[in-house]
Amino acid sequence: MKLGRVRGSVVATVKAQGMEGMRLLVVQPLAEDQTPRGACVVAADAVNQAGPGDLVYFVASREAAEAMEPRFVPVDHAIVGIVDGIDVVEVDSS
Amino acid sequence: MKVGVVVGTVTSTINHPFFDGERLLICDLVDGNASTGDYLICTDQVDAGTGDTVLILDEGTSARQMYGVGTGPIRSVVVGIVDDVHEQENVR
Repeated sequence: MKLGRVRGSVVATVKAQGMEGMRLLVVQPLAEDQTPRGACVVAADAVNQAGPGDLVYFVASREAAEAMEPRFVPVDHAIVGIVDGIDVVEVDSS
Repeated sequence: MKVGVVVGTVTSTINHPFFDGERLLICDLVDGNASTGDYLICTDQVDAGTGDTVLILDEGTSARQMYGVGTGPIRSVVVGIVDDVHEQENVR
């Protein structure tokens, strides 16, 4: 799983079978220090409560479809949690 | 599997039911002693803590097997705490 920031939402009236009623959000993947990394992706919202500005964690590939109900849906990124807090301790790796 | 260092934890109230009660660890992926610059948020099967060097399973079906479930949005799991990694030099 990776961290991401919800940037917005996607509205699509015509969708493939299985995607009916699915919330689609634009997510900016983040590095560990929460700086943007890579291109935005469209993720399905498996918690149904994420919105713009939220810090979230998401799964990709086959696991994204596993997050949805029903499972056999054409989804490759899914938000599976909204982050309350991150506790990072500086570790001296030398 | 991958080797990483646990650098922190993520707390979350609103999450997919699969993650209810799960500890989420932020793990820096390492190559030897150097960070690769990449990271993974993993669930924890071995009670790892911040600062631990860990073994990370990063494959969905095996991860679901660890949890004894056939379905679930899980892929990255900490499955071991690494005591030591020996790399032999001059390996061709």
